[in-house]
Amino acid sequence: MSDTLSPEGATLATPAAAKADSRATRLKNFWADFSRSPVAVISLVVIVLLAALSFGAPWVTPQNPYDMASLDWMDAFLHPGTEGSGGYVHLLGTDNAGRDMLSAILYGLRTSFVIGLSAGALALMVGICVGLTAAYFGGRIESLLMRIVDLQLSMPAILLALVLVAMLGQGVAQIVLALVVAQYAYFARTTHGAATVERGKDYIEAARSTPLPTRRVLFRHLLPNVLPPLIVVATVQVASAIALEATLSFLGVGLPLTEPSLGSLISNGFKYIHTDRTWLSIYPGLFLMVTVVAINLVGDQVRHVLDPRNQR
Amino acid sequence: MSAPRKLVEVRDLKMHFPIHGGFLQRRMGEVKAVDGVTFDIYEGETLGLVGESGCGKSTCGRALIRLYEVTSGEVRIDGRNIAHAGPEALRKMRPTMQMVFQDPQASLNPRMTVASIIGEPLDEHTKLSRKERLERIYELMDQVGLNRDFANRYPHEFSGGQRQRIGIARALALHPKFIVCDEPIAALDVSIQAQVVNLLEDLQEKLGLTYLFISHDLSMVRHIADRVAVMYLGKVVELAPRDRLYTDPQHPYTQALLSAVPEPDPELASGRKRTILTGDVPSPSNPPPGCNFSTRCPKVMEVCRKIDPEFREVAPGQFAACHLLNDPASPPGPDAAAGTEATPINQTGSPT
Repeated sequence: MSDTLSPEGATLATPAAAKADSRATRLKNFWADFSRSPVAVISLVVIVLLAALSFGAPWVTPQNPYDMASLDWMDAFLHPGTEGSGGYVHLLGTDNAGRDMLSAILYGLRTSFVIGLSAGALALMVGICVGLTAAYFGGRIESLLMRIVDLQLSMPAILLALVLVAMLGQGVAQIVLALVVAQYAYFARTTHGAATVERGKDYIEAARSTPLPTRRVLFRHLLPNVLPPLIVVATVQVASAIALEATLSFLGVGLPLTEPSLGSLISNGFKYIHTDRTWLSIYPGLFLMVTVVAINLVGDQVRHVLDPRNQR
Repeated sequence: MSAPRKLVEVRDLKMHFPIHGGFLQRRMGEVKAVDGVTFDIYEGETLGLVGESGCGKSTCGRALIRLYEVTSGEVRIDGRNIAHAGPEALRKMRPTMQMVFQDPQASLNPRMTVASIIGEPLDEHTKLSRKERLERIYELMDQVGLNRDFANRYPHEFSGGQRQRIGIARALALHPKFIVCDEPIAALDVSIQAQVVNLLEDLQEKLGLTYLFISHDLSMVRHIADRVAVMYLGKVVELAPRDRLYTDPQHPYTQALLSAVPEPDPELASGRKRTILTGDVPSPSNPPPGCNFSTRCPKVMEVCRKIDPEFREVAPGQFAACHLLNDPASPPGPDAAAGTEATPINQTGSPT
């Protein structure tokens, strides 16, 4: 900040600075920095649009693709843009069960968002607790917790998730649990790194000498100051959770075919990849890719904005 | 001053930090940051604690108010022993003793407003209503000379001196009797230093505070302190009333330290004898046997390398730890030798 070097009283002389840095201004500055990248803004718009469409899927889509009663075998393998027996155009065609692909994709995307967000949020919470505990208490607790985290980070997340899903069985809750176990380590590592730096600062010592209860020092003083890097990791991890869920479902261990999932849609379409029915796997794959890439691009820009070296 | 009361009594305080290393975090040794310190602080006075970087003065100040788990020794503040008090007892005693930190930037949470920083001790230790709490915060801001309008601003919007005022207001919130000022002015511009020091002096007068003023700035300590303690490598080597210490230092380290203070008058400066110490301060994890200063002392004797000198009263009110100041007629008797033998044994025989 520029006023660090200004002599005593100089900050008082500028009334413009008087209201600076209330929460609203901070948010405004953040947006100003964020919107400097058009790619990130477009990505954000895409994410919001996809999220709105997928969560509104029951109202937006012409049919419920996972309600067997609404499917008609006569509509199987319709090309994109063909009108089916329901009297509406299948924009992205239909699959082997006569399911409207666009509807199926939007329902699948909804599952992706639900799993990605809940796994990300839970992993964030677990990771914060582990990382803060390790950094604050130090010593043996720190060694133990962080060695476990290191061990986990040395394995590919997909491997761990595969093993866990194989053990836990199929279903949304099971996948979320598996993803949390596989992903909390990234949050724990980041929290630990940032918290170790903050822990050494005097304001923590001041809080302890007041004294405040440990809980308050941890969550009121330490946590708010380690949040910025965590926000970045969280966006990336949500994207990675979505991709992981799709991978698991693609491999047939994630969600069953009877539940909407981009992974199982791709897997189902993959069987016909050598015929001319490429739309069956290409469109769900495209939606998955766009979603994951858009979230990553937004996360990238958030990181760029929060990076102190890029701060104005 | 008629027989002032001892507010703080420190007896043989030791603060050793274990050095851990290796995969299982085994104990590899220890840093003897504070190694047997004894002094008193009288009610209403300012005790200056000076010494070079890394000599343990900050650690000493922090151990004194139990920010660290002290290794051994006794600290009595206001008659209560706090060196080994339990968490709940300690919590109750906390308001009596507070601390002002060196770096006002680092000691204020960047994500809290001034009002919440100053008010936080109140939330935790008092049951004030919202209105009373705000009143108290304003009162504290007035006391340290901060404009009330700044209550809802964040620390980074202030200059260094103002930030230090916020830190002082926070320390005052719970009506403390004793404040450890850990280099409160070292991070400030020279022009601001005087303001903050004057503020501390005013507050002392108004609120009857007692300070431990830690600093490496000898001239500032001379200005604010009533008595001065000089630390070297974890030990207090000399403790004397201010004027005595500055005019008639007894310990060779104090003499060398004082000779390093720049003299503004060039005529006086040219006639002055500078004592320049050679070598580096030994590592506090492996202090030399005998006197800690023996490796650099210009007047070192044979006995200094073997026996740790006793910290004793060499003149009324003036304490020092040096063999030179012992009565030369009587070499250190068996008592002194027996008392100090514990040090080398402790160094080599400590469990690893």
